[in-house]
Amino acid sequence: MDKSKYKMLVNKYTPKENRLYNGLIAFVVGGFMGMLGQFLITFYSSYFDIPTKEASVFMIITLVFLGCFLTCLGFFDKLVSFARCGLIIPITGFAHSMMSAALEYRREGLVTGLGANMFKLAGTVIIFGVVSAYIFGFIRVFVMRG
Amino acid sequence: MIYLNAFLFAGVVCLIGQIILDNTKLTPGHITSMFVVIGSFLDIFDIYDQFVLWAGGGALVPITSFGHLLIHGAMDTVNNFGVMGLFMGMFDLTSAGIVAAIIFSFLLSLVFRPKD
Repeated sequence: MDKSKYKMLVNKYTPKENRLYNGLIAFVVGGFMGMLGQFLITFYSSYFDIPTKEASVFMIITLVFLGCFLTCLGFFDKLVSFARCGLIIPITGFAHSMMSAALEYRREGLVTGLGANMFKLAGTVIIFGVVSAYIFGFIRVFVMRG
Repeated sequence: MIYLNAFLFAGVVCLIGQIILDNTKLTPGHITSMFVVIGSFLDIFDIYDQFVLWAGGGALVPITSFGHLLIHGAMDTVNNFGVMGLFMGMFDLTSAGIVAAIIFSFLLSLVFRPKD
């Protein structure tokens, strides 16, 4: 059997992921996360009688708590493998990555395990965010004068 | 109406992420870092503020808003302290998310054991 024939056979039997279906699920779940965020902002700003800016901070804290708590209960992983980017791109994905790192390394001790590894997955977001914000802020200060 | 906008904006951001995830070899870590950089890039010309006005919570929930809030906090202190402000105010607006994630993961990991 030559190489191209073998490649064709392999392609035939590798399970195909339905990209359209994945995209649709991510769109719907992500959209509902956005709606939940907007609902929480409206709810907090009317219930506690605070401006929208503070209400959005409350909303972020609530979503982070939800992401952490559902990860602890064990079924957020299943939800993530179902909705993929629908739950990874929202702030819940950030909470999920930190929580699962914390749970995983907890048994190696408080300092060497939990403390040293909590930011293992979530650290990239903070590092790249800070570096890019610094560079773009520099551009805004010196090139565009504010 | 703002609910529909929120649904559409957050949905489209997640859809773009999913398309990148399915068609390239990038991991979710690459995609979230990329989206943070895109979010702070869009803030150069105040484009992301328009999204926030248009979609409300829908623009604040995706991780792109993290980059937007980082540069926003930095620019607020730049107005008062000049270029040194870039170092001072970076985490002003995002501290809630980071601190909440640290506190909740620390406390909950003391209580819960990993499944499997």
